[in-house]
Parts: sequence; C-alpha cells; structure tokens
Amino acid sequence: MFNKAEKIREKYIREEMWPSIFCTGCGIGNVLSYTMRALDELKLDIDRCVFCSGIGCSSRLPGYIEADGLHTTHGRAIAFATGVKLAAPDLNVVVFTGDGDLAGIGGNHFIHAARRNADLTVICVNNFNYGMTGGQVSPTTPVAAVATTAPYGNLEEPFDLCRLAIGAGAPYVARWTVGYPYETIEAIKNALAKPGFAFVELLMPCPTGYGKENEQREPAVAWQWYKENTITRGDLGRLDPEQRAANRKIVVGTLWDVQKPEYTARWAEFVQSL
Amino acid sequence: MGDEFDYQRVMDILGSREQFTQGDVACAYGALLGGCTFFAGYPITPATEIAESLARLMPRIGGVCAQMEDEIASISAVIGAAWTGRRAMTATSGPGFSLMQENIGYACMTETPCVIIDVQRSGPSTGQPTEPAQGDMMQARWGTHGDHALIALAPASVQECVDLTRLAFDLAEQYRTPVLVMTDGEVGHMREKIALPTAEQVTLRERRRPTMPSDQFVPFRAVQGRVPEMADFGTGYHTYVTGLTHDERGLPATDDAAVHTQLVARLCGKIEDAVAELTRVEIDNDEGATVGLVSYGISSRSAAGAVKLLRLQGVPVSHLRLVTVLPFPEQAVREFAAPLERIVVPELNLGQICHTVREAVEGTAVVEKVARIGGEIIQPAAIVRAVQEGGQPVRSG
Repeated sequence: MFNKAEKIREKYIREEMWPSIFCTGCGIGNVLSYTMRALDELKLDIDRCVFCSGIGCSSRLPGYIEADGLHTTHGRAIAFATGVKLAAPDLNVVVFTGDGDLAGIGGNHFIHAARRNADLTVICVNNFNYGMTGGQVSPTTPVAAVATTAPYGNLEEPFDLCRLAIGAGAPYVARWTVGYPYETIEAIKNALAKPGFAFVELLMPCPTGYGKENEQREPAVAWQWYKENTITRGDLGRLDPEQRAANRKIVVGTLWDVQKPEYTARWAEFVQSL
Repeated sequence: MGDEFDYQRVMDILGSREQFTQGDVACAYGALLGGCTFFAGYPITPATEIAESLARLMPRIGGVCAQMEDEIASISAVIGAAWTGRRAMTATSGPGFSLMQENIGYACMTETPCVIIDVQRSGPSTGQPTEPAQGDMMQARWGTHGDHALIALAPASVQECVDLTRLAFDLAEQYRTPVLVMTDGEVGHMREKIALPTAEQVTLRERRRPTMPSDQFVPFRAVQGRVPEMADFGTGYHTYVTGLTHDERGLPATDDAAVHTQLVARLCGKIEDAVAELTRVEIDNDEGATVGLVSYGISSRSAAGAVKLLRLQGVPVSHLRLVTVLPFPEQAVREFAAPLERIVVPELNLGQICHTVREAVEGTAVVEKVARIGGEIIQPAAIVRAVQEGGQPVRSG
C-alpha cells in the first residue's frame, strides 16, 4: 500500500509544488491520491488529460499534478473545461471544484454542463464552507451550522448537489466521503469511463474553516463526524421501511447511472452528416 | 491540435468573393478567413447575427460553435479552446462585454490568444440595445482589474469587419493576447459591398509552439522577444496555466514582489512596446490646417464627411483615423498634432478616447470633442460646426 502511494506520487505529482498548502486534517490530498489511483488503474495517458479548476482550496489540485492544468477564475472551471472538451474531444477532461466554486458562483455552469452532457468528470470537494477565505457560509452549509458570515447559525437550506446534478440531466452521479477510499476510487473510475457529464461529490472535513466553528476542529473528531453521519445506499436499503423513512444521514454511493447521448459525439456525428 | 486552415474549404462555404452583406456577418466571415474554428457566444443585440452566422457556417468547415449559458461561460470556453490549439472567438455587446471582463484579464495573465468582438450599443446598463454607441472604449482599455495591456481594433465599414477580424486572429497568436474588435451597432447592422481576400492574401501567422523536448520547456519563459512559445494541451508539455502570479514555470509565486513585477511588466511591455508595429492609422493631412480631427470606428465616417464639407468651403482640415485604438498610437497622434492648434474628437459617447488624445498631445494642440449619445450617429455638420466655432471642452474627471 505504501509502496503504491510512493509510486503514484512519483508518477503523477509535480514535485516542485510540494509541500501542499492543505491544512492538517483536510481531505483534499486524499482526493488527489484517489483521483490519481483511478487514472492509473484505468491506464489513462496522463499526456492526454487536462485538469481544470476554479478558485478555492480544492481548485489548487491541478497544480500538484504533473500534467496540463487550467486553474481558472472563481466558479468558471466547468465552462473552461467545456471549451477544452468541445475543442479537443479526445482529451480526458477532469474538473476539481468545491461547494462554493461549483454551487455558489458557478451554479449556472454546473446545471448547464449536466444538461449539455459533454464528457467531463467533475469532482466536487464539499466541505460545507468557503475554506480558503476562512470559513464563510456556503450553498451546502447545513441549517444551523455556524460560519464566519453566519455567526448566529445558518438559516438557509443547503443544496443537495447530487440531486441537483441528477435533476439537471447528469448521467452519472455518485457521493462518497473521503473516508471511503476504495469506493471513491471506484466512483472516480466510473466517472472517468462514463461518456458524458459525470459528477462525484466527495464530502470531507475542513477542520480549519468549518470545523473550528462547529466542534470539528480536531481532525479525528471531524473525520468521525463523516463516518457517523453518512449511510451507504446499500445499508439504507437493508433498513426496514420505517427506519429508512426516518433516516437523516447523508446517503453515499452510486446515486444515478444511466446511458445518454454524449454531446461531443453528437456534434461530430452532426458535422459528418453535413 | 494545430489548426489546418483550408482557404478553399472556407470559400466554398462563404460563396462568391464579392458580396453585399452586413457588418456582423462580415465579422463571421473575417473570423473564418482568420482561421477561427471555435466560437462560443450568447445572444445579445446587436451582436447576435455573428453567432447566428457562425452557427450556420462553422459546422460546415468542421469547426465548433456553441451557445453557452451566458457571456462568462462563452469567454471561458473560448480560452479553454485556445489552449487546445484552436483559434477561438466570442462576440457580444456592452452588457456581455462587462460580464467578460474578469476572464479577459485571465486571458491577459495567462497569455491566451483569443478574439472578442464587441458590437457596441448604447449604455450604461441595458440602455438602448438596438442603437449604436462607442461607450465601451474605456472599458476596453481598463475593464478588467489590475495593470494589463491588450490590443483593440476599430472597424469603420463592413469591409473592415472582414479585414480587422481576420487580422485580430493573427495578432492574438503573435502576441498571445486577447484582441478586441470594437465595432458598433451601426457598423454591425449596415450593409455594404465587401470583397473577400484571395488565397494569396490569406496567410495565417501560426502560433509559435515549442519544438524542444518537454523536460527542457519552460512554458512562460520568453526565449525570443517577450512572447513565450505556447504548447497545446494534450501534447505532453504539461503546462500549468493559472491566473495567479506565476513564475516562468507557470507555478504560483503570489508573495514574491519581484516575480509579480517582472511578470506584469513583461505582459504590458510585450504589447505597449510593440505600439509602432501595431499602429494602423489613416492620415489625411491638409497643408496649412490648424485644426485636425482624430476619429475611430463609425464616427470616422462622420469625420470624413465633415472633412469633405469643410474643404468644399475652403477650410483646411486634417484627419487622422485610428484603426488600432489599443495600444494607443501615441506617437502617430503626437506627430499629427504637431502643426495643429486644435484637435476635435468625434465620439458616440460623452468623451472617452478624447482624453487619451489629450494626454498624447499634452502641451501642444487643444483637444475638443463632439460627443453624441442617444443612438444616432454624428452628423458631419456637427463636426463642421465644431471645427468652425469650437467643439465641446474636454474636462478631466
């Protein structure tokens, strides 16, 4: 296991960027590791991958990968990525984004890309807050959670990003926490292999930002919260109907997986037909 | 992915070399003849016909045309496409141009070649959507935050919509910068005869790409001149592109004053120091004139009309038309102003480029303006009056 991690690091990581900017207890490094393992297991040519991102902690990820990277403006990663994909359909285009970047400032691009269904893999690191700017309330902050811009507790309802993606037309949607490494790697592999807009939401702790306001300052405590407050789709299915109806835990697993015509293939076919 | 430009393939789609068409359509023609194979845009009056034309034409030459969810997505997609090696463009008008500003700065910072057409309409805000204006000129110069430089061209005719849009792509590649084509609702919607260029007239200036092995390539180091070579995504050069202050390797160096200063100085310098080779002006000097006109875009046609009327009356007057507006052709304007006592600047705004002219000729000629808003172009008679009786004063502020 350790050897494998070293091999992955040697193969894919931009050494000049080390050490990373991430805080102790943050899960973004895990997301990087899981993504690289998924790529490696699928034997994707790294020269033919482009990693796009917006602004925020998770959006720093492309910088750590020895590959083409497009670290763009706040909220716009998916729109830039759409340009890359439409212009060069043979490239594998991956987007790293956060809850604020994706669902706050970038919400419009998110739903439209899901609708358009160009072949993008969007990995959203959801830590319930704007971490890089110091812990402000985000579109996924739970009701009553405290943030620096919601000091008396959040009064707004959060988005369920996966339901949003499904509603907007994404053919593949999965949610895990970074505490499920193998499941996450599988989900990212599925997303990369999916021809179309594939969305993977990864819940992960932000001890420095969200954690400090919500009794999850200690990394071990924070990671425990994710364990206790999520339930896999499989486990949920095994509950009796009454318990299932009463479930308030966040459901993780593959939440949607259907076949739909992919946009760049459609475009190529249309151009051929002229 | 290098663009393989095929003149004949484009012309097979565009049809006859001589046509009678409108400025917006001519911009679309110019784009295709400039090697553009990627367009992303969003509907907006009076620029929509550019998107409509390219929606019809682009797939027929094997290119990509996308209607995005807004103007921010449009410029984003264009920048993304440019990094795959394509010549990419968007087109908009004032409100959309405002929305694009942040990413125009991103294109400056990341040295991404791209073309943005702004068919200017009357603002501020929603203003008069169907009416022409030249009110975005200062936004073209300073619309995005921070120090930066870029190129802006101002067509005054339907023919120039073809020629300058085509040129914009070459300049974007050569200088690795956004190039703005600042047209307006009048030029965009008026119809004139155009002559499309011959195959011999169309030679694309290719993007300079690295040929050295990837482990020796430093993506933001300018080896020749001040413009670095650009590696297309997917070719194994592993370029990290960021809007953050970055070193020559492209890696963030946000707390290093020297790196930031050098980077921004190079980005501004590569455009501003090339002003002589970028300057395109038309000068119609009249010996003995003490008054001159400095104009651009649609207002230069009003100015040319005024010059005719004045000369018929025996009044000598000189005229300089700016084709390149940015980087501002300061030297050309200063030389033009040398024998003059007064300069009149007609514009479809309350006074924008007149300030730049005043700065350029500081201490020599007095600069006055003919400022008109409301949606109608300037009547030559108004400029004649200004030359004979004095124009509106240009005040600071």
